[in-house]
Amino acid sequence: MLSLNINGQSHQVDVDPDTPLLWVLRDVLGMNATKFGCGIAQCGACTVHMDGRAVRACNLPVGLIGEQHISTLEGLNPADPVTKAVQDAWVALDVVQCGYCQPGQIMAAIALLRAVPHPTDEQIDSAMSANLCRCGTYVRIRAAIHHAAGALA
Amino acid sequence: MSTPAPRPTLASRRQMLGAGGALLLATFWPTPRQSRAQGASVPAGMAPEQGLLVENAQGAFAPNAYIRIATDNRITLILPNVEMGQGIYTSSVMLIAEELGIDMAQVEIEAAPPGGGAEITGGSTSVMTEWLPLRQAGAAARSMLVQAAATHWQVPVAECTTRSATIIHVPTGRSLPFGAVAAQAATLPVPQKTTLKDPATYTLLGRPQHRIDSAVKVQGHAIFGMDVQVPGQKIGTVAACPVVGGTLAGMNKAAALAIRGVQAVLVNTTNTTVCVVADHYWAARKGLRALKPQWHDGPNAHVTTQTIYDQLHDGLNGPAIVANTKGDAPAVIAHAAATHTATYQQPLLAHATMEPINCTAHVRPDGCDIWTGTQIADRARDTAIELTGLPKDKVHVHCQYIGGGFGRRLEHEYVTQCVEFARQVPYPLKIIWSREEDLTHDRYRPAYVDQMTAALDSKGFITALTHRIVGPAVVARWDPPELTKDGYDEDLSVATVITPYTYPAYRLEFARREAPGVVTAWWRGVGGTRGLFVVEGFIDELAHRAGADPVAYRRAMLAQNPRALAVLDKAAQAAGWNTPLPPGRARGVAVQFAFGSYMASIAEVEMPEPDNVIIHRVTAVVDCGRVLNPDQVISQIEGGLIFGFSAALYNEITLEGGRVQQSNFNTWRVMRMNEAPCKIDVLLMPSTEDPGGIGEVGTAAAAPVLANAMAAAQGRRYRTLPLLSPRNGADHKEQG
Repeated sequence: MLSLNINGQSHQVDVDPDTPLLWVLRDVLGMNATKFGCGIAQCGACTVHMDGRAVRACNLPVGLIGEQHISTLEGLNPADPVTKAVQDAWVALDVVQCGYCQPGQIMAAIALLRAVPHPTDEQIDSAMSANLCRCGTYVRIRAAIHHAAGALA
Repeated sequence: MSTPAPRPTLASRRQMLGAGGALLLATFWPTPRQSRAQGASVPAGMAPEQGLLVENAQGAFAPNAYIRIATDNRITLILPNVEMGQGIYTSSVMLIAEELGIDMAQVEIEAAPPGGGAEITGGSTSVMTEWLPLRQAGAAARSMLVQAAATHWQVPVAECTTRSATIIHVPTGRSLPFGAVAAQAATLPVPQKTTLKDPATYTLLGRPQHRIDSAVKVQGHAIFGMDVQVPGQKIGTVAACPVVGGTLAGMNKAAALAIRGVQAVLVNTTNTTVCVVADHYWAARKGLRALKPQWHDGPNAHVTTQTIYDQLHDGLNGPAIVANTKGDAPAVIAHAAATHTATYQQPLLAHATMEPINCTAHVRPDGCDIWTGTQIADRARDTAIELTGLPKDKVHVHCQYIGGGFGRRLEHEYVTQCVEFARQVPYPLKIIWSREEDLTHDRYRPAYVDQMTAALDSKGFITALTHRIVGPAVVARWDPPELTKDGYDEDLSVATVITPYTYPAYRLEFARREAPGVVTAWWRGVGGTRGLFVVEGFIDELAHRAGADPVAYRRAMLAQNPRALAVLDKAAQAAGWNTPLPPGRARGVAVQFAFGSYMASIAEVEMPEPDNVIIHRVTAVVDCGRVLNPDQVISQIEGGLIFGFSAALYNEITLEGGRVQQSNFNTWRVMRMNEAPCKIDVLLMPSTEDPGGIGEVGTAAAAPVLANAMAAAQGRRYRTLPLLSPRNGADHKEQG
């Protein structure tokens, strides 16, 4: 049995320690906001926060997480100012198309804005280029991050 | 009016609709293969409290739509086209809501189950085919609701109006919510003719509306096929023989079953695919690794990329079908003082949707449920009927949000595969393909070779043009009756025969070559994406040869086409075509008419090295007829361009020993944010023409506009995709 702290709650899971966090979230705990895209940390669809940092859940073995706190999109407090600013900006600018990558994009954007409240285009590109979007919503993602930063000012 | 005989699909629909106990007002159009006499009434056996099923015979490919109004005034629209990012839920709701007289926020939506015929979302056709029927659905329902309220009040219908799902008797100010009269309305005959609103009075259509799926997707609550959770489900992952046509030679079943959490190892009936089932995906994946399936590679073991290209180039000579002809183009070319010939080559492409292929099925002795994302729900259902032998009304397809379609989910082989495995187990089975399985067992956009020859007048303009396409006919597999009797696939005409230009003499030939060792399929824009790269590249070459400015050369060819000319002029103006560029930058242009829409695009690029392309800016001017939701048209062009740039610059599926060599995003490069254009300006032309398609328009433009800009930057042509392929070096030498 492994103990994991996810979205502020302790979960006991009976899986091999090499199991990536992604599959514990999705298939064991039924938390589906975190998406499977590649399995090799190339696309960012599975981005979650570990102690506030954006990490890829698809190649993060649960045995290595220990006491660190995991947050997923469905566990975020929608009233948190950064979360709210980002989600509101995504809706205001109608960023999504198919939407499958967007949970990962939003988790990456929230982590960026917590660390850099007013990022430049270069800082946005640097933080967000690990997250693929096949529908090509990059122009709007960049604009939405600026929009959210403006709302937080 | 007549009473149509009930049929199995009606029964299943009624069950589905009646399940919630809501009163409903449903509108249903039969599909073309089930044409019916004009007429409408309550079908026999349908109790009024279950609502009304309206039948209206419409033109070909009319879709189905349901409008369900509950007594508590909840309004549910059950939409025929699936949402895969293109925004069709939003524009479909706008079309119905505009005529029905409700607010966007009052609507809940559901995806329709399979109907009675071909239910297809693809080809940029949704708005084009729904423009009229969905408005008629809204208008018919509104008229019945108003009639019911007027009867209740004993007032003339003409004194009533509707607003925000309420009927108002104007002289007295009395009002009734739709829900209050829905049951009564459901007993009324459906109006044979509906009066549609004057577009000048539209309050929704033509004005930007937020996507109705934004919030749910931003909160992570949208359910994609991948997210389906059926109680008791197990997770399977599969390996198909890496060479098409090969079979299973051996496997270590005991090793797989020894992995903790593994429940079963299954093999399909054709012995081509294994499936490891487990409590969760990771255990299934480990089980598959331990299983170590070995394969007989079969007849395609020696196929390589070169095999496919050699076969295509071979098709440039010898017999071909004449697909389109005007005048005697070969004779004009034979006697011309000047001619120009160019050969273009395009690769196999994967779809690489962000959501890897998946499907969930529960096969029981008395029924089968399927949960998946599909652009073709009818075929998904029919394959299950065929495999299980169950009657049609016992097989249910539950359509989910699609994490990227791009034509991939116009295939249903993954549904067949899932049902084949699910019928071997008693529990619901969710099959998830690894990204590696998804990329190596995609059904690929075909590779093509095109050759064009033009006869030129003294100013360098075309007097005759011949064009030969060599490649597969996708439709021959996908929908055989659609192959012409000569063996031509009409999809190849998009952006090829159908262009903004006219030529004095023209001849299009098609030499069919089906690629060995791969299955070829639709892909975002298919014919248009292939054709536009070739035609707009060739036109650009001719402008260059004539010493003409590429915009001016095209303008001269478009004198008879005001819509094309208008988008080109506006794009040139908006992009500052005639203004000086910063050092090191170059511009390219493309003009198109495809999927019912016109567009001109201009790209501004910089190439610090021959293999490094910075796309600084793209300007696109679109005339897609009447615009339903302007911001979503812009969004589709932005995204379509980036999708197309990714393929144009980087992508090529290659084979070695019959095996696809690209397996994940480390070897299948997708454009990232830092590589995407810094700026995309999309401008829309006002128009009252009927709406054109938009989902594939941007993608079709991407390769030609970029190739033409790169040609201007490097002073050489780019005739081979991907643009960064070393093969473009060889092209350069050919041209002298």
